[in-house]
Amino acid sequence: MLTILFDGVAYGMLLFIIAVGLAITLGLMNFINLAHGAFAMAGGYITVVLMNRYGVSFYLCLPIAFLVVAALGALLEGTLYRRLYSAPHLDQVLFSVGLVFMSVAAVHYLMGGQQQLIHLPPELNGRTEIFGIGVGRYRLFITAVCAVLVVALQLVLAKTRFGSQLRAAVDDGRVARGLGINVSAVFALTFAFGSGLAGLGGAMGAEILGLDPNFPLKFMVYFLIVVTVGGTSSMTGPFLAALLLGIADVAGKYYFPQIGAFVIYGVMVIMLVLRPHGLFSREGAR
Amino acid sequence: MSTVLETRNLVKRFGGFVATDNVSLTVQRGARHALIGPNGAGKTTLINLLTGSLKPTSGRVVLEGEDITGLPVHRRVSRGLARTFQVNQLFPDFTPLESVVLAINERERLGASAWAPLAAHAEAVDEAAGLLERFGLTDVMGERTSHLPYGKQRLLEIALAFAAKPRVLLLDEPAAGVPEEERHEVLAIVRALPAEVTVILIEHDMDLVFSFADRISVLVAGALFTEGTVAEIAADPRVKAIYLGEDA
Amino acid sequence: MTAVSESQEAVSAAAPEHLAAAQLRRRSAWRAYELVLWLVAVALIFLLPSKALLLTEIAIVALFAVSLDLILGYAGIVSLGHGAFFGLGAYVAGLFARHYFTEPVTGLLVAGLASGIFGFAASFLVLRGSDLTRLMTTLGIALMLAELANQMAWLTGGADGLGGFTIGPILGLFEFDLWGRTGYIYSLAVLFLAMLIARRLVHAPFGLSLKAIKANRVRAAMVGVPANSRIVVIYTIAAVYAGFAGALLTQTTSFVSPDVLAFHRSADVLLVLVIGGVGYLYGGIIGAIVFTLLRDWLSVITPQYWMFWIGLVLVVIVLIGRENLARWHTFLPAPVQRVFKRAASWRPGVKLGGGG
Repeated sequence: MLTILFDGVAYGMLLFIIAVGLAITLGLMNFINLAHGAFAMAGGYITVVLMNRYGVSFYLCLPIAFLVVAALGALLEGTLYRRLYSAPHLDQVLFSVGLVFMSVAAVHYLMGGQQQLIHLPPELNGRTEIFGIGVGRYRLFITAVCAVLVVALQLVLAKTRFGSQLRAAVDDGRVARGLGINVSAVFALTFAFGSGLAGLGGAMGAEILGLDPNFPLKFMVYFLIVVTVGGTSSMTGPFLAALLLGIADVAGKYYFPQIGAFVIYGVMVIMLVLRPHGLFSREGAR
Repeated sequence: MSTVLETRNLVKRFGGFVATDNVSLTVQRGARHALIGPNGAGKTTLINLLTGSLKPTSGRVVLEGEDITGLPVHRRVSRGLARTFQVNQLFPDFTPLESVVLAINERERLGASAWAPLAAHAEAVDEAAGLLERFGLTDVMGERTSHLPYGKQRLLEIALAFAAKPRVLLLDEPAAGVPEEERHEVLAIVRALPAEVTVILIEHDMDLVFSFADRISVLVAGALFTEGTVAEIAADPRVKAIYLGEDA
Repeated sequence: MTAVSESQEAVSAAAPEHLAAAQLRRRSAWRAYELVLWLVAVALIFLLPSKALLLTEIAIVALFAVSLDLILGYAGIVSLGHGAFFGLGAYVAGLFARHYFTEPVTGLLVAGLASGIFGFAASFLVLRGSDLTRLMTTLGIALMLAELANQMAWLTGGADGLGGFTIGPILGLFEFDLWGRTGYIYSLAVLFLAMLIARRLVHAPFGLSLKAIKANRVRAAMVGVPANSRIVVIYTIAAVYAGFAGALLTQTTSFVSPDVLAFHRSADVLLVLVIGGVGYLYGGIIGAIVFTLLRDWLSVITPQYWMFWIGLVLVVIVLIGRENLARWHTFLPAPVQRVFKRAASWRPGVKLGGGG
């Protein structure tokens, strides 16, 4: 029971790390980016290729996945995404669905359609007893890394100059521009960083979430749930939403394997209808 | 004279901010009633409470003796409460003819009719043509609204409200943004509105207010500051002070 | 009644109400391209009998896209889950044929009714919220349905799909044949009738009020349009149409694959509609022709990777701009443009070139 709870937390942490970039895209630019999962997939495949073909250490793969995917994000933001910030939502949806389709087919072509496996370092395999609870070491590792990242993110947002610029830009882009903040530069950097985190999450998650070419489609809804249910006004909302979703999904699949996903979607729909601005937003229900 | 529209202790709070502060306003049938006040006095909020775009925190809105506080916007329109917007709210891809026909159809409860084409409802079409002529829009009735000069769009804005056959018409700065050469046309239309239609005018231009209105309410900081005839308000030193304090 | 000619309009210009009536009549008049389209579609029964299966698919996709156009192009609701109604129609038609009655027209109506009831219930969930929440709500509903179909294998066959039924002759008269000729005629007839009705709807006051809701919801309410009830009605009708389309797919293939509820159905139909253009009904048909031929061609040259090219088409369309795509003809040389313009605005009863 507690093991399941812990697995759920690890899962939720992963979801948050992947989806936090999406929350910023949505909150800052009001851009609906359905292709966010493709960045996570890229991180996963980078790790698979580096480890399985070139024998690179798993620990080294994680920062590489982050950096490469961040660079990829910066490239796409500068060339494509930037043009669509003021476009209608329909265009944004079409564009990002197009990207998803392209990434799915491209990965299928390059890597084949099978599930990819990575061989974790031996010290991350197996279980450890903590306070009498059996906990997977790898999940412990994920939870630790993600917790460090969450704290770091919170500190960057709260304490640094860049963080205050970002918060100003999210609150009111026009005012921020008036204050001399270069909103598009802030956003380019944030987009790259968010993509990088998704890449890192994808790399770490390959073992837990599974990795095949359909990854962006399979998990698109999960990332969107984190963002829409959590709201985009703070980081706390998506974080709590991700934890809840992670626990609910793991528990649901364990206890009610027949109807697990159905319940998640159902709860999401009900939640959106009752609280269209997100579960944790201040505006609340209208 | 009888009361056509009144508010009873209307309050609207946004969080801790009181945008409308216990406003009890009475408007007489057929009046030309101006609502003035400095920027941020809560005129727009009050209008939105009257039309139903906002729900009040407390208080009632009463139209012709009936409590309409709980009715949505479109139901108030069909009961004869129409408005124009300070910034045009039009259908950019519609022609003026289509826009006006739409408004007439909705008034006549034809809006849900889904079989006969627009042209088959001959009475609505005839009325639309007459309305467009009255508002000087006949020669542009087949053009896209977004292509019209601003003054014509402004006339269409008023025509759309008028098509609902309102008993109370709220005009939110009707001449705002209209270039000088088109301004007199808009004002002539406003002055020529039938006497049985009650007009509530929100306006910054004091010349227009004093020449048009017969009664004036002054809003300050969300509350009703004073109310009176044009002569009374024009002579009130406190009102002058408020306006001098701001910009006029 | 035939349309009024240009010269008559000039004479009656003195009377604004005649002019107004004429302008409104012109909005809903049949265009030349519509007649050509339907004549060609009928002619293809005889000209391309070997391609009947592909033509059937086009007709089904077209009906599905027209259904989406009713809510997206007219009421302005962006949906990522329109496949729910398609899939529901497909399954209901399959189950009905398997367990009750094999006559297809009855099955079609039952499937449309079921989708319509579901659409009516679902419509209340898309009334509120932003584009994003609607997107998520529609997507969520579609995913729930897909999950349900997958889990209820005893009813739907689960991942293996629903088969083992045959479809009887249409109205007891016309047997489905191996080459798909009957299927094409049947699908085309349903598409045509659906379009006739949709044409009436959108050209009537109801359609005008939908466009008003899409264009400016604030003002629409302020001229008295009850947006919510109109959206409920059109969403229900669109669901019925999507259910018809799904039922046609079941009846012409005698099989229901779980693929009918897959996410890509909803994404594909958006693409179809966007290719053809949003908000004038025929966009769905034109998009269906382009999309289906494109996919047919791509899946021949790159059987597994056509998804990549479809994705590329989406991205390119958005980057070019949908509105530029809609006025592609303005990039043609001037004389060619003139020919197109005449052809497009030509109506029966008016002499070609009679205007100015």
